[in-house]
Amino acid sequence: MLLLWVRTLQLGVKSLSLHLMRSLLTVLGIFIGIASVIWLLAIGEGISRKAQEQIEGLGANNVIVRSIEPPSETTEGIRGPVPYGITRADYERMMATIPTIERGLPIREIRRRFGRGGRLVDGRLVGCTPEYFEVNRLDMARGRFLTDADMRTKANHCVLAAGTAERLFPLDDPIGQSVRVEETFYRVVGVTRPRSPTSGIGGSLAGQDFNFDVYIPISTLWSRIGDHVITRRSGSFEGEVVELSQATLRIDKVEHVMETADLVRETLRPHHRTEDYGITVPLELLEQARTTRMMFILFMGLIAAISLVVGGIGIMNIMLATVTERTREIGIRRALGAKRRDIIRQFLAETVLLSVFGGMTGVLGGLLCGPVSRGIRWALDAAAPDVMEQLPEVIQAVDPIIVPWSIPLALAIAVSIGIAFGLYPAVRAAKMDPIEALRHE
Amino acid sequence: MQYAARCEALTREYHLDGGTVRALRGVDLDVPAGDFVAIMGASGSGKSTLLNLVGCLDHPTSGRIRLGEEDITRADDDRLSEIRASSIGFVFQSYNLIPQLTVLENIEVPLYYQGKLGATDRNRCRELADQVGLGDRLGHRPTQLSGGQQQRVAIARSLVNDPYFMLADEPTGNLDSATTEDILNLIDSLNREGKTIIMVTHEPDVGRRAKRIVRLRDGMVQSDERVGDR
Ligand SMILES: Nc1ncnc2c1ncn2[C@@H]1O[C@H](COP(=O)(O)OP(=O)(O)OP(=O)(O)O)[C@@H](O)[C@H]1O
Ligand SMILES: [Mg+2]
Repeated sequence: MLLLWVRTLQLGVKSLSLHLMRSLLTVLGIFIGIASVIWLLAIGEGISRKAQEQIEGLGANNVIVRSIEPPSETTEGIRGPVPYGITRADYERMMATIPTIERGLPIREIRRRFGRGGRLVDGRLVGCTPEYFEVNRLDMARGRFLTDADMRTKANHCVLAAGTAERLFPLDDPIGQSVRVEETFYRVVGVTRPRSPTSGIGGSLAGQDFNFDVYIPISTLWSRIGDHVITRRSGSFEGEVVELSQATLRIDKVEHVMETADLVRETLRPHHRTEDYGITVPLELLEQARTTRMMFILFMGLIAAISLVVGGIGIMNIMLATVTERTREIGIRRALGAKRRDIIRQFLAETVLLSVFGGMTGVLGGLLCGPVSRGIRWALDAAAPDVMEQLPEVIQAVDPIIVPWSIPLALAIAVSIGIAFGLYPAVRAAKMDPIEALRHE
Repeated sequence: MQYAARCEALTREYHLDGGTVRALRGVDLDVPAGDFVAIMGASGSGKSTLLNLVGCLDHPTSGRIRLGEEDITRADDDRLSEIRASSIGFVFQSYNLIPQLTVLENIEVPLYYQGKLGATDRNRCRELADQVGLGDRLGHRPTQLSGGQQQRVAIARSLVNDPYFMLADEPTGNLDSATTEDILNLIDSLNREGKTIIMVTHEPDVGRRAKRIVRLRDGMVQSDERVGDR
């Protein structure tokens, strides 16, 4: 039985190779279809892996509230900087009234220039609590991070990020030395290891580069610098009055995250006339990633399905032509003792061979997904950067990841297509009357 | 007496738009084992129709056919295919080799449908090719052979399953007289070895090489006689 199939397949290869060009063209549709199956799964996987990473970076248990500068027309006519954003009162209220918040991390960030002797670095001055260390997955290279004692005493202590330390102290050990921010000096108690930047998510949360940070206790920041901060921006001075740049709220259980986010929204709303804050729920990203991925899979799936059906019809068409062309051969084989099912097997073997060949080349094409998509992105970046910019972020950034089971799946689809579209021509061949077939010219 | 084939009151009608064509109108024919029958008659007299019925390629409209002990009148398609594969060797006027296969592969085709795919069966194909004088052309394709050589391949192919009998429909119809002689000698020797042969022919000279001549006319047996000295 096995030998029979081997022989049938040999025969199929032989007949197909007689019309090599025709066979290759026939297989094109299947090739495209199968390659897209692998691509769509790989890109979908890439999207969800990316989202997973972002969520891990932000913490699935967290709800992040950020101050956002309201559009200027809402503050027109008012002189001087207008206070906006989340206030200490907001923070206290949330911490006090929402029981599912396990811990809060208030943050105030200011663009500042750090100096040490003649050396200067522009970076972020981050006022925070000791929790910042854990929430942002920092790691110490030397010394320690800020402590509760630093908080209580409003100590003039600071921790340098790797980049800041490198620039300000290229030759010596920064621990115990002083860094100047405006008129105030802070004593360095620790240096963090380099941390890879987080990517931004939509509009509400920009990506963060931790490399040129200086961390001080938020209590120190409040008392030394205050809420009204003047920054020099392209020659002119700009003031802003903000109490908290961000509050990262850690929720006790993942299941409570969504409801807590709603509670946070309701707690903040009555106290803000304008939309001067944004709430980011990393867990929602998971949902977003899921929908993006679904849409992608649906879209690519449609392309794949269409090319597979077209490919299948192509195969069927060629096989019908082949059957007519080989009517005489069918008659001869029948006269020599071939049963109907022998004829069916012979022609089915040919279509399955065709589709499996298309499937295997399609799999190879699918495996090239990574390099090809990087190539396309690179070419698009070089040739039409503005088009590239308009593409959704997921498409810009996604790195396809081949899903191993998509390969057997793709081959199984190829074989099924071969059988589904080959059956009709094969049955037609088998149904021919042997005498008629023998007479065929 | 043992019969290779027995036909009783065979009829075969074709129903066409214009009316009914009665290709056979009650044919009785007994072919004993080892016989060599030539079927002759005018064009359209039903010779091929009769041969196809005996060859299990067609069903009669009425009447009865037995091959050996088996009544095949109502046998289904699969059974008829089995009988063709195991007991019947066909030779056609137009050779009917499969063009994309080599000589050796063409000879092998019937084995394939009997599930005989081993090495000994392959060797048998080589022997048969030798026997018909084509041992040195095994790798050639039909288009590279002359008509006579192609017909030899067809004969070798018809013998590969060691059939009960051989059915030949105008096997020499496309050949010149010298090649015809060759092929007839080959068929003759097969008959002497014991194969039952039924051969359709138009040519009286070819017919005379058989042991018995059956003449058809308008779908009926007109005459059935032994050839003089054989
Ligand atoms: N498939 C068919 N449909 C309709 N009529 C047919 C068919 N096959 C044969 N016939 C008719 O049956 C009759 C006998 O045909 P058959 O082929 O047996 O003749 P024959 O004796 O072999 O003739 P020839 O010597 O020309 O080959 C003819 O009248 C033919 O037209
Ligand atoms: Mg005829």
